[in-house]
Amino acid sequence: MRPALGRDIPLSGVVLAAACVLTSLLGAGCRGGEGGGLTLAGSTSVQPIAELLGEHYMATHRGSVINVQGGGSSAGIQAALSGAADIGMSSRNLKPEETGLQATVMARDAIVLVVNRDNPVRALTTEQVRGIFSGRTRAWAEVGGTGRRLTFITREEGSGTRGAFEDLVMKKEEISSDAIVEDSTGAARAIVESDPQAIAYISFGMVTPGIVPLTLDGVTPSAEAVHSGRYHLARPFLLLTRGAPSGPAAAFIEYVLSPEAQALVTQEGYVQARPAGSGR
Amino acid sequence: MRRVNPEVTHRAASVGLWLSAGLALAVLAYIIGLVLVRGLPAVTPHFLLASPERMGRAGGIFPTIVGTLFVTTVALLVATPLGVGTAIYLTEYARIGRLAAVIRFGAECLAGVPSIIFGLFGFIFFVITLQLGWSVLSGGLTLAVMVLPTIMRTAEEAIKAVPASYREVSYSMGATTWQTVTRVVVPAALPGIVTGIVLAVGRSVGETAATLFTAGASLRLPTSLLSPTRTMAVHFYILAREGLSETHAYGTAAVLVVLILAINTLANWLMLRFRAKTQ
Amino acid sequence: MKAKEWLIERALLLMALSAVTSLALIAIFVLAQGLPIMLREGLGSFLLGHRWAPTKHAFGILPMMVGSTCVTLGALALGGPLGVACSVFLAEVAPRRVADVVRPAIQLLAGIPSVVFGFVGITVLVPLIRNHIGGPGLSVLAAAIILGVMILPTVISISQDAIEAVPRTYKEAALALGCTPWQAITRVILPAARPGITAALVLGMGRAIGETMAVIMVIGNAVKIPHSLLDPARTLTGSIAMEMGYASGEHREALFATGVVLFVFIMVLNTIVNLRLGRRREAS
Repeated sequence: MRPALGRDIPLSGVVLAAACVLTSLLGAGCRGGEGGGLTLAGSTSVQPIAELLGEHYMATHRGSVINVQGGGSSAGIQAALSGAADIGMSSRNLKPEETGLQATVMARDAIVLVVNRDNPVRALTTEQVRGIFSGRTRAWAEVGGTGRRLTFITREEGSGTRGAFEDLVMKKEEISSDAIVEDSTGAARAIVESDPQAIAYISFGMVTPGIVPLTLDGVTPSAEAVHSGRYHLARPFLLLTRGAPSGPAAAFIEYVLSPEAQALVTQEGYVQARPAGSGR
Repeated sequence: MRRVNPEVTHRAASVGLWLSAGLALAVLAYIIGLVLVRGLPAVTPHFLLASPERMGRAGGIFPTIVGTLFVTTVALLVATPLGVGTAIYLTEYARIGRLAAVIRFGAECLAGVPSIIFGLFGFIFFVITLQLGWSVLSGGLTLAVMVLPTIMRTAEEAIKAVPASYREVSYSMGATTWQTVTRVVVPAALPGIVTGIVLAVGRSVGETAATLFTAGASLRLPTSLLSPTRTMAVHFYILAREGLSETHAYGTAAVLVVLILAINTLANWLMLRFRAKTQ
Repeated sequence: MKAKEWLIERALLLMALSAVTSLALIAIFVLAQGLPIMLREGLGSFLLGHRWAPTKHAFGILPMMVGSTCVTLGALALGGPLGVACSVFLAEVAPRRVADVVRPAIQLLAGIPSVVFGFVGITVLVPLIRNHIGGPGLSVLAAAIILGVMILPTVISISQDAIEAVPRTYKEAALALGCTPWQAITRVILPAARPGITAALVLGMGRAIGETMAVIMVIGNAVKIPHSLLDPARTLTGSIAMEMGYASGEHREALFATGVVLFVFIMVLNTIVNLRLGRRREAS
């Protein structure tokens, strides 16, 4: 076992290698800069349709880059205000204290109550839903179902879907602390898909075959029902900018409001934004 | 009361112990098996080389692979010199005494900090205060702090294991401490040090909470140190949570698990070689 | 020449202080963000408040403290005995060939990302609990089981080191006196290895309490003190991870304050272990 005397650690070699790696990382950055890139951040309910529209936009407008992130409606509003994102996405109306932003309605969406396929309940009233989520109703038997355990799932506090649900259904009552809290539609949906005793509220556009949307106050949720206003549990999908949209943001928003983009909106299960000027 | 024959207890206990080990292995095998069986079919060359479409429901995971690579590289480039430097200092210059104790204590505590705290720290320090934003750099630096104790510990063990005779010969020939370190000790300890680096890689690759809040979750291919990026572990988490695509989730998990398996095997092989060398 | 050596030593010293510096930075920044709100709300009402509704200015983290505690104790109850048993197996019972395979395999368990554990948890374990035991499945029990498995590698490797550090003469003496190997293990070796095994359990506990992603996926995150193993609950780590994405202002400060509680707890745990282990190292 001879000691390896005289074998220098090529320290200079290591430093050189590190420099090469770092330079290539930075150099790569110089080549394809983020210029012209647009960042959208916010509601996870808006995210899928925004992503889809972004992909189509990038396909037809070469050279543009659209980055879509989640985080929730509250995060999106923050991001738009702070400039961290070019466009904020929200799935609820702005609160009175959230000023300084211009909102463009890009679509409308229904919030639906969903249950497992094996749950016999197919319709509820708003009052019953309020009872369930406030914890007053303790068993499915009380609302026409079977079984005792009633597991209700809510979104996290920063969620626009939750905000809209609280405004439109809960009114002044709080969602009980017994509620299971999940931070994504997917997680809520997955639980309902596998648990016959579960109920959750999600965006209509994200309903999958494995779960059943409930009729609310006698109205079955559909794009038509939302558009006509019969299904009242609806909220706008908003694109938010600090002040009037300009530059790449304005171009993208203009695209989103175009007939072809709105056709995509309908195709995905959402409702078209009302034409501009027709009043809210 | 009749006492149980200690021989019988011994045999019963032996069976119990074998069963315990069996149980632990069974759980491991189940998890890896589940992920590989459901995930490997999804791992095609297209999956590895294409970009994600429709938020990850279709397409591939290429940007996340690149993102993981970039972030891990930054972490290693920062943590390795610091870790090995510390190890050298502790073994060659200040083996005992209060300073050494404080340094070691710091490293042990750092090793115990939960990853979400690293996420919080990385977010408030790198992303916000240093204004690096959600980026490869923020993620890499945060991970560097996280894996520093691992590299430090293994490097110190490796360097300590170098026989004193090596050093004595070097000194007797008139070499300075630094010359001895760079030309004799570190080369001899290299396999052990590399093992530490490999372990650190394993840890970074699997990390989610720390990278989610520092590197971001963008699906675009990262093009510079300041680009936001999504690592494979974060992508898997998002896919799994959002229920976007079970096949893709399992596929990403399979890639992760295979990668970790490879890294662990490499680390073990290196450790065996290292032990053989110094015996 | 001497100057160069001196310079190098100073440079290395600076590098060596990086760990301590990082730790200090983490402590400073997290405390700076979290302490103000703890003082404003009052330490008592923050730590013992029942209600956590940050958007409505209620900042009580008691439900999360209880959640974290229950889940950690559960993990220890499951992973502790199993881990120590495995370590005894590896150190005393297993033939060399078997140990050489089993030990790396257990370390592999440590390498699997926590999100994978969480995923397997929610796809396999949660429905299992729901259908065969009761409740929504998303529960303290599910989290405890997952965490129990996740702390196995830590408990096993440190316990194994502790057991192997017990001088062979102890065992030989016991056997010479007529003990069966099992008696030697339970009456001589394990008691001798107790400080190390305790350290293993404490470090396992630290790992369990700090785990985030896997727990969020299976515990249900209800902001309520759990009354049974089958109830959903929320942990301190879960609170931070779920709300950090959108929290701002006071809410964000409150999350950092939660982080402070976590950080302090882990530091205390680590310090205790280090002191005891250090004392043991000096003794042997």
